[in-house]
Amino acid sequence: MSTTAAAASPVTYLNEKTTVASWLLTKDHKRIGLMYMLTVTLAFVVGAVFAGLIRLELATPAGDLLSSDTYNRVFTAHGVAMVFFVLIPVVPAVLGNFVLPLMLGAKDVAFPKLNLLSWYVFILGMTVTFSAIVMGGVDTGWTFYPPFSTEGSDSNVMLAGVGIFITGFSSILTGLNFMVTIHRMRAPGLTWFRLPLFVWALYATSLIQVLGTPVVAITVLMVALERFAHLGFFDPRLGGDPVLFQHLFWFYSHPAVYIMILPPMGAISEVIACFSRKNIFGYSFVAFSSMAIAVFGFLVWAHHIFVAGISPYSAMVFSFLTYAVAVPSAVKTFNWTATLYRGAIWMRAPMIWVFGFLGLFLVGGLTGLFTASLGIDIHIHDTYFVVAHFHYIMVGGAIMGYFAGLHFWWPKMTGRMYNDTAAKTSAVLVFVGFNLTFFPQFILGYLGMPRRYHMYPPEFQVLNVMSTGGAAILAVGYLLPMIYLTYSFFKGEQAGSNPWMATGLEWTTQSPPLPHNFADQPVVTEGAYEYSKREMKVA
Amino acid sequence: MLSGIPLLPVQASTLAPQVDALYYFIVAVTAFFGILVAILVTAFALKYKDDTGLKVGAPITGSVPLEIGWSLIPFFVAVAIFAWSATIFFQYTRPPENTLEIYSTGKRWMWRFQHLDGQREINTLHVPVGRPVKITFTSEDVLHDLYIPAFRIKADAIPGRYSSIWFEATKTGEYHLFCAEYCGTRHSGMIGTVYVMEPNDYQAWLSNGGVTGGSMQARGEQLFQQLACTTCHLTDGKGRGPSLAGVFGSQVKLTSGQTVIADESYIRESILAPQTKLVDGYQPLMPTFQGLVNEDGVLSLIEYVKSLNGGAGAAQASAAPATAPAQGERR
Ligand SMILES: [Cu+2]
Ligand SMILES: [Cu+2]
Repeated sequence: MSTTAAAASPVTYLNEKTTVASWLLTKDHKRIGLMYMLTVTLAFVVGAVFAGLIRLELATPAGDLLSSDTYNRVFTAHGVAMVFFVLIPVVPAVLGNFVLPLMLGAKDVAFPKLNLLSWYVFILGMTVTFSAIVMGGVDTGWTFYPPFSTEGSDSNVMLAGVGIFITGFSSILTGLNFMVTIHRMRAPGLTWFRLPLFVWALYATSLIQVLGTPVVAITVLMVALERFAHLGFFDPRLGGDPVLFQHLFWFYSHPAVYIMILPPMGAISEVIACFSRKNIFGYSFVAFSSMAIAVFGFLVWAHHIFVAGISPYSAMVFSFLTYAVAVPSAVKTFNWTATLYRGAIWMRAPMIWVFGFLGLFLVGGLTGLFTASLGIDIHIHDTYFVVAHFHYIMVGGAIMGYFAGLHFWWPKMTGRMYNDTAAKTSAVLVFVGFNLTFFPQFILGYLGMPRRYHMYPPEFQVLNVMSTGGAAILAVGYLLPMIYLTYSFFKGEQAGSNPWMATGLEWTTQSPPLPHNFADQPVVTEGAYEYSKREMKVA
Repeated sequence: MLSGIPLLPVQASTLAPQVDALYYFIVAVTAFFGILVAILVTAFALKYKDDTGLKVGAPITGSVPLEIGWSLIPFFVAVAIFAWSATIFFQYTRPPENTLEIYSTGKRWMWRFQHLDGQREINTLHVPVGRPVKITFTSEDVLHDLYIPAFRIKADAIPGRYSSIWFEATKTGEYHLFCAEYCGTRHSGMIGTVYVMEPNDYQAWLSNGGVTGGSMQARGEQLFQQLACTTCHLTDGKGRGPSLAGVFGSQVKLTSGQTVIADESYIRESILAPQTKLVDGYQPLMPTFQGLVNEDGVLSLIEYVKSLNGGAGAAQASAAPATAPAQGERR
């Protein structure tokens, strides 16, 4: 039985029209957000299955489950699916699409048709890339380094590249749309410094998407031209320079890390303020740290290529700037911690995901001090240490942040509550499983196990088995939300407009919201997190 | 808890203990900050817990002195780590004088090594203990990366360039040698063993090496004749090409007006793409030897050119400026 059947239920964006066409042709940012959610979840399942295959293979030192060629295609598929089709879109395109206009008191994003186009472009890019995986796969790794990608590999490099090229435009269009929306669609009284921090984070992210993505698109195009027309950009035999590719690739792909982590950081700020019932400590510092990360994030790309023949002096500059960009992330962490001080902390499920995020992001951020160090990086570059480090940031940070935000806004999105205990259990399982999977990899990396190894010397086995065991727990942790959230969508308790008693315009309209969000134009008269001025009562 | 699992690889080079000391320092710093934040978060969570959800927190909005404090403290800690790291990094980039020169070529999926006396080996590398060794290497196909964890050293093998690493082994034994840059199907099979030997054993190994074709220098000289380099590069400087005596390590003036140092990469480029950096005063007559000589041959030719530096001999330390471990010379 769905709510829409209840006689008294009001018109919502979900029940206004229910035909398939009404979804596929919708210009409603909320419906587009949900469509992204389904798409990204599908990509996540695909990426996770490949991750499972990797961990199963690595449970033993010999290459006994998959052939080397298959293994190489599996880790490439895992990386491509997760990076381009999960981590980059997950928070901006799913949560951002859903809540940004609501947070601004707007009817929709600035360009609703463009927003729908972004989704179709995304679907097209994903279809092309995934068909490359299905039709035999790609074996270059998600990084596509030439000359292997241009001359060495006989797999479906081009098809995958074209898919990623297309997907990039979806990211650019979303970024453009969000920037204009934030500039032009704010409710009366909603000044820049009254904006929720999630909006600041989305703004900073959009900047990176618009400025960075074209570079990776052009780079992919150059690989294509070299593969087909033998124009020598990267292959030294054609007069090219393989390291040039690495510069171009990381000029986008390092900032892309911030596309992945800034929006979840923004979501964390929302949840932490709500469940501590307090202002975010140092609001403007948190807001500006997002912008600082976005800008300085463009100046550190060469820390990925310290061992690829760059001059020692440029290596020094890039190492120094990398340490500098760590400071705003540290500032955010301290501010979140200070926000808890003298709060009234309500331990509901979203907050448990926040604690998980804090723990994992902390480890991910701090281990960046190792990889940024020139003296240490020579030893740990391209080992499992780096694998562990970026998984702590991207999965521990970004995906935990996504789940915190999803559990926070779920009642708004669906009008339903989910089982709080199940959600907390899932957060704990993910936290434990994640640490068991990835912490041993720091040790493996320092011991010298290189990444992308199908087979490895037997002395590395114990740590690899721990990692594989952790992955099994992690899988259960990620499966649970799919079950209890699906159940909640159909059968969950009614949420009411503001079950968390949260500030923020999105909580002033009904759940699920009206097709055009607000019955009357909201007007803003105070900052984003004036919890301490509120009187709390269940709405 | 993890009894039996080592946390560090063997320390078998002079740099390894230094890298590990910095590693321990960063572990201590990160553990301090990590535990500090974890304790604060846990303490606040327990102390200010409210099960009703109906209370509100204190009206605190922030503190500028605190913000400045926790911006500056991490910054200075980062600068300290950076400075320490940089001092170690510069040791990586500056090999000592009189290193033992070894050459290597990476190719899918094997490492070939050549010693000056002419011994060649595949996926094994024999070196003496207590003597600085410099390996100059390139790749014949895609990117690879020469990585010896026990020495804490690695650098990418990049086609078209030379990279170099140096180390001084401190412990005899057998150590892993890995390819650390993904290179296709048998990337994880592109591994080998480094044998660190007592100097006497090393000498014995060298003499039992079963050398065919003489030392690298001799092989280079042979190639120099075979490829008819001698017809143009006359030693008296009156040939169609410049004399190569004393060229290695010198400043060479180009037709473009620039000067370059004639290091390994320059010689290699001059053999394979002679028109790119033409010596001032000479015509662009030299054909490319691409396809006529392989990477090992080029390395032998370089050794031979080095030997033309007035008898100082091939074993002379590389005249190339200090190269980062990572560092190939840019073309
Ligand atoms: Cu980076
Ligand atoms: Cu390799």
